[in-house]
Amino acid sequence: MTTAIPLHAKQESNTGVWAWLTTVDHKKIGTLYGISGVIFFILAGFEALLIRTQLASPNGTIIDANTYNQLFTMHALMMIFLGVMPMGAAFFNWLVPLMIGARDVAFPRLNALSYWTFLSGALLLTSSWIFGEAPDVGWFAYAPLTEKAYTISKSMDFYAVGLILLGVASTIASLNFIVTIINFRAPGMSWFRLPIFVWMIFVVAWLLVLSLPVLTIGLVQIYFDRNFETNFFNPMGGGDPLLWQHLFWIFGHPEVYVLILPSMGIVSEVLPTFARKPIFGYSAIVFAGMSIAVLGFAVWSHHMFTTGLGPVPSIVFSASTMAIGVPTGIKIFNWIATMYGGSIRFTTANLFAIGFLALFTIGGISGVMHASPPIDTQQQDSYFVVAHIHYVLFGGAVFGLFSGFYYWWPKFFGRFLDEGLGKVQFWLFFIGMNLTFFPMHFLGVQGMPRRIYRYDADLGWDTWNQVATFGSYMLAIGMLVFLYAVWKAYKTEPNAPDNPWDAPGLEWATSSPPPEHDFDVIPIVRARDPLWYNRDNNIVQEDTKEAHIHLPPPSYYPLLISIGLLIGGIGLLSTLVISFMGILLAFYGIWGWVLEPTD
Amino acid sequence: MKLKKIFKLISASFTFLFVTGCSSWQSDPQTTVNPKSDMANIIQDLYVLVFWLAVVVFIFVMGAILFVSIKFRERPDRKAQQFHGNTKLEIIWTLIPILILLTIFIPTASAIPKIKSDAPMNAMQIDVTGKQWWFEFKYPDHDITVANEIHIPVNKAVNFNLASSDVIHAFWIPQLGGKVDMVPGHLNKMWFTPNEAREEAYLGQCTEFCGTSHANMLFRVFVDEQEDFDKWVLLQQKSANAAISELAKKGEELVLKNPAFITDNGTALGCATCHKIEGTSAMGMIAPNLTHIASRTTFAAGRYDINRENLIKWISNPSQMKPGVSERTGGMPIYENYLTSEQIEAIVAYLLELK
Repeated sequence: MTTAIPLHAKQESNTGVWAWLTTVDHKKIGTLYGISGVIFFILAGFEALLIRTQLASPNGTIIDANTYNQLFTMHALMMIFLGVMPMGAAFFNWLVPLMIGARDVAFPRLNALSYWTFLSGALLLTSSWIFGEAPDVGWFAYAPLTEKAYTISKSMDFYAVGLILLGVASTIASLNFIVTIINFRAPGMSWFRLPIFVWMIFVVAWLLVLSLPVLTIGLVQIYFDRNFETNFFNPMGGGDPLLWQHLFWIFGHPEVYVLILPSMGIVSEVLPTFARKPIFGYSAIVFAGMSIAVLGFAVWSHHMFTTGLGPVPSIVFSASTMAIGVPTGIKIFNWIATMYGGSIRFTTANLFAIGFLALFTIGGISGVMHASPPIDTQQQDSYFVVAHIHYVLFGGAVFGLFSGFYYWWPKFFGRFLDEGLGKVQFWLFFIGMNLTFFPMHFLGVQGMPRRIYRYDADLGWDTWNQVATFGSYMLAIGMLVFLYAVWKAYKTEPNAPDNPWDAPGLEWATSSPPPEHDFDVIPIVRARDPLWYNRDNNIVQEDTKEAHIHLPPPSYYPLLISIGLLIGGIGLLSTLVISFMGILLAFYGIWGWVLEPTD
Repeated sequence: MKLKKIFKLISASFTFLFVTGCSSWQSDPQTTVNPKSDMANIIQDLYVLVFWLAVVVFIFVMGAILFVSIKFRERPDRKAQQFHGNTKLEIIWTLIPILILLTIFIPTASAIPKIKSDAPMNAMQIDVTGKQWWFEFKYPDHDITVANEIHIPVNKAVNFNLASSDVIHAFWIPQLGGKVDMVPGHLNKMWFTPNEAREEAYLGQCTEFCGTSHANMLFRVFVDEQEDFDKWVLLQQKSANAAISELAKKGEELVLKNPAFITDNGTALGCATCHKIEGTSAMGMIAPNLTHIASRTTFAAGRYDINRENLIKWISNPSQMKPGVSERTGGMPIYENYLTSEQIEAIVAYLLELK
């Protein structure tokens, strides 16, 4: 039992760099995740622009082969691990406590630790560019190309150590949010009143907790193969390169759902708000999300249909992959049915959500196409698959995230993102995205393999490549418009009301932006859409302020431990003595953490 | 009326782009949808079925999204209907995807054993080894070894035994069949019966990322009438020609007699260390067989036409034409550091006589 302290005791340490470095407030941590995610998203997008510029014409010469290979590898790694995942983390850090009516997450310091460890891993991985040793074997890093015999530079060590650190960060965050969602729900917030966004985060957290250990094992094996000659993946030494593929995709496929489910959650919040009616088939959407997650663990070999898999596993993995189409279809139909009969407002957030529906559907359809192994042998590793993943991850995940930005910005910062600029950005993104990625279907059907830094002139690929490059510049302009909208919002005075969209979720019950303690009074939940229920039944939230609200004090130990882990990682890339010093620092941090008073 | 026309136009252009338009191999030589073998036909039949189902689903879902967006847009007099679900509807749209997927799955499941089946006993065997960044082909029944360009007879089953001597590559000739990976330590197979002989090559390419010059790892398959194939085999089985012209003779001597070139820049091993020229003292095993190199149309894994200028450029500095070649262990040296341009020209003259 903790003793409550008066609220005003913490007022002095709210601003300044030190406040940000030591914060344990889920909202500030969410903002940190968001800023980092957007920065890395822009950097990874810039890498994509270079790739597209090189491919705009046959025999492109602006980038050499090795740099190109680094660019497409880092583009994927940064988009997935440093862009989309942290942007998703920004939303679940900000929203989960607000949506379930809590004052913070279960373990606030652990939350800070997960952010700083993420940043450590991100900096370590991206610093490989500075040393000219950025990974260049694809984000999937197929052995034995990763072995020292074929990759002499340290690039694969950057990859292994960087991803291990990022995995630690994600595991910590996932455990934290699982505990938070189970234990910190407000009175009346039963499981089946939980907002769908929170459900999806709950599922994502479990996916990460269950899949990351598998990746970590593989990464340790890469590191040991390269540094201690263990030969796990080296066929000359009795190892098997296919072992890595299994390990990687047992993680890699659930990872796809880690990227897309938060956006599905966001869309499930945005569509009902602007259709002015409750979500259609709540439990179907929740169960569909869960079955996607479970099936997601049973489909990894569909990434390996061409590796010489026998007929029986090919048929089985084809069946399980197609089966995922069913819950996905249910979700899409339920979202459309949510709009049916509504009175739909086309705000920017809703445009992005509807855009998500359309584009994700296209990605889903092409996904079913290569779920059939014979067809996959013609599409695997061709631009058809590049089109598919970008419809799912850009049209799906990224559109969902931008929908969330426009929807919750007034809640997070008390200011609206400009709707006019937002619509300009949406159309630039929507048209640009289709110009960039739809022609890639054609290129794939025309036999263009992916991951090639050049192609011959007489293969009929020129036109569509030009169109794709043109589209990618539109996306870049769209991103500049977004940054301008952010800057413009930053310059305006906070003027957002508590519930500007007349939304049903609990996060809109508190002020915009929310106070540090989230809710003056922990709200009581009486229905699935609590604010609409209260509105329709004339229930007014009691405004008796609680005299004492306990908030955890700031702590610099999470940052210290993360710096220790970062130094430990640097040691693994240089000499083990440095590693040892890093571990010592981390242990000092843990020691201080344990003894630190929490009230 | 008008709608019907628009629909026709859309479906025609889709067909053009996805199924038939790209099937003109003259304009799209690497197309995946103009099958010219039994296996590629099986895949194409499946693809066409799935493609039209995809079009139907696409039109239905996009239509539904557009319909609800327009019909139920905000209007001053519109009040949103409040309902939470409809069990009957939800069961229906669970069943419809299941039915569509079964329509795909059943022919898929029956096609898989066919494309994964063993080749008939009388199939011609070709052993393929993927290497960074070229393909080596051996015909065990004919005792031929060639690189990057092969000939096969039309209407005869060919079985490819796929291996790799370094990293993972993939073997893909889109018009003749789907791709299969070449995994070191594993032996994969792939077979088909080509059904159209033609003068132009069927284009193949490595499709598993395999390092710096992955993009430059191409190969060509010529499907010949039986008699043309037999002629090609006879030619390939012969030992290499001896040099005829004066220049070529000089080149021959450089290629065969020099175990190494020693200059101020250091030492580079000679051609014969790595390359084989049948019937001569050149017995190297790790680089492409040069016995009849001038009978091929291209070199450097299908990237460059065989001609004097290209070969001179290549020997002078191979990495400039195919990045990474000289940098990798066991890669071809940059000979302009060790040979004079006259010497390189002599070697090229000799190579061009190896018909």
